[in-house]
Amino acid sequence: MNELPQQLVNGLLLGSMYGLVAIGYTMVYGIVQLINFAHGEIFMLGGFGAITVYLYVLPDGTSMWVALPLMLVGGIIVAVLAAVGAERLAYRPLRTAPRLAPLITAIGLSLALQQAVWAWYPDAKESINFPHIEGGPFEIGNVTIQTGDIFLLVAAPISMAILAYFVMKTRTGRGMQATAQDPDTAKLMGINTDRIIVVAFALGAAFAAVGAVAYGLKYGQVQFRMGFILGLKAFTAAVLGGIGNIYGAMLGGVVLGLAEALSTAYIADIPGMEQFGSQSWANVWAFVLLILVLLFRPQGLLGERVADRA
Amino acid sequence: MRQRSLIAITAALAAGALTLTACGSRDDDKGGSDTGSGTTVVIGVDAPLTGDLSALGLGIKNSADLAAKTANKDKYVEGITFEIEALDDQAQPSSGQQNATTFVANKDVLGVVGPLNSSVAESMQKVFDDAKLVEVSPANTGPTLTQGADWQTKKVRPYKSYFRTATTDAIQGPFAAQYLYNDAKKKKVFVIDDKKTYGAGLAATFTDEFKKLGGEVVGTEHIDPETKDFSTVATKVKNSGADVVYYGGEYPQSGPLTKQIKAAGAKIPVAGGDGMYDPTYIELGGSASTGDFATSVGAPVEELPSAKTFIEDYKAGGYKEPYAAYGGYSYDSAWAIIEAVKKVVEDNDGKLPDDARAKITEAMQNVSFDGVTGKVSFDEYGDTTNKQLTVYKVEGGEWKAVKSGTYAG
Repeated sequence: MNELPQQLVNGLLLGSMYGLVAIGYTMVYGIVQLINFAHGEIFMLGGFGAITVYLYVLPDGTSMWVALPLMLVGGIIVAVLAAVGAERLAYRPLRTAPRLAPLITAIGLSLALQQAVWAWYPDAKESINFPHIEGGPFEIGNVTIQTGDIFLLVAAPISMAILAYFVMKTRTGRGMQATAQDPDTAKLMGINTDRIIVVAFALGAAFAAVGAVAYGLKYGQVQFRMGFILGLKAFTAAVLGGIGNIYGAMLGGVVLGLAEALSTAYIADIPGMEQFGSQSWANVWAFVLLILVLLFRPQGLLGERVADRA
Repeated sequence: MRQRSLIAITAALAAGALTLTACGSRDDDKGGSDTGSGTTVVIGVDAPLTGDLSALGLGIKNSADLAAKTANKDKYVEGITFEIEALDDQAQPSSGQQNATTFVANKDVLGVVGPLNSSVAESMQKVFDDAKLVEVSPANTGPTLTQGADWQTKKVRPYKSYFRTATTDAIQGPFAAQYLYNDAKKKKVFVIDDKKTYGAGLAATFTDEFKKLGGEVVGTEHIDPETKDFSTVATKVKNSGADVVYYGGEYPQSGPLTKQIKAAGAKIPVAGGDGMYDPTYIELGGSASTGDFATSVGAPVEELPSAKTFIEDYKAGGYKEPYAAYGGYSYDSAWAIIEAVKKVVEDNDGKLPDDARAKITEAMQNVSFDGVTGKVSFDEYGDTTNKQLTVYKVEGGEWKAVKSGTYAG
């Protein structure tokens, strides 16, 4: 039986999730040149926000059709509050400091958020079961799609469409583009750059929360460490697609997801490569791909070559 | 002004992080030490008390605690009060080694129960052996720990201070292979492991025996235990035509794995070792786990007459967490240390000798008693002489014993 279509779908799903989280990295980097390493934890908080709504706010046995939108809202609220709070308290005071300082703060913040959830959220010391949607799976030809994955398949393109509309058509969105190009001049033109930066953090967090709900539905659990590896992957996706470019984030995510799926499925079939084809090697191949792209296109797949204005 | 707020925030964050770390390593249970006179002997416990494997780790800690309390209550060793000091290794070899040095530095620690993971044990063995501090693991099943790297051809015991009450994967893997091939009539297996000491070793011993019996290995995979996405692997399993999956590894991965394999459309059971035999596995796997198999060391504790008092005392002890897969073995491990201490104290006119650690390690070799899990004694490699195993199957949302026995040949 031909497993290629199924593996492509597997990769696409995984990649869409990376892409949703990568948007946050790319937007914040595009505007303030900060690699927000705490973004993986913002993603994790989105997942915990959603599960909190399910476990502690909604009555037991609420239908998922009612619960899911509310969980999504809860996740987004928690993630956005955390991101805006982080921006205000941890990053804004360092805005004029050398670039290394906010980077280190970001790493520290990432650990602090992780440990805070671990220490204070009831039961967070173990994986917490995430509710699942009844029904399914759906078979299209010989491709199986899980019910939980439908959310991801729908949410990823919608999120991208909303984001594209926002950045291209709204005043704030255009303000973001201007700030990304040159914050000082943008300020002189009357753009409130502080507000723009907060909006960038908040938007990134909202998409990360959508990604976290998709993660919960897909894997059936959330845990306090879920943001670390996924955050790294999403950051890789952002770099792969061209950091600063929002379409690049999504493309980078999908390319990364496909690379992982296809390397697991097919590398072992190449003669002499048997031992390098298992799933434990998927990360290695993802990073080999990243290095190759950066060697030949240092700005990433969709990135533009920019003069270094450091 | 900006500078000052920066300092304030950095300080606040640092303080926050430190407080949290401190929370993590807090130690809530200090066994009774209110005897006034007499000597206190500390039994160290090293296990994952937080993280994915904490269900097993807390069971180990509580059961060892119960052993110490029982010995104190019965005044089992005249003039000696036992106390438990539990450290969290988070299933990480580096944390385990750190804990080992902490135990060695504490002169009152005369024996250690743990760890859970064979990979963690590897990092601790030398630290303990250098200090002649005895370590009794209730759960390690990696054969190399007691019989050296070339255990299949030439057995050499690497460390004299290491003992275990759990039997090894050299027995567990083949036992599972025999059950799946002979009893469950499975002929084509897809073998997956997590590349860790325990998982890879178990998968290897299983594969050898399954092939020897005439079974076919239709595919192999190694997964990354840090990820939750096994969809690509599940697709490969589905297309391989296997009628059973054997997984070498632990339940945090195998739970989601069985779910994703079945969701991909492969309606075949997943089988594994004692690292999978835990209620959390069924919780993680959901209804997909029904019909899955796991082997575990020993006979089911609930069925052993010798375990009755243990189960009653455990309930009466008011522990929050269940004793889990290794409760009985942990009690026996702690009790083995207590027996060794008793022997040394009695040989030395009721006092602890100056070289108590070395003497206790020596005495451990000849310890023999009827424990929770049956007869407890050790062979020349430090392995348990009790080679019983049981196959469990998930039925109606819980593990049910289907076959107990000793592995032959």
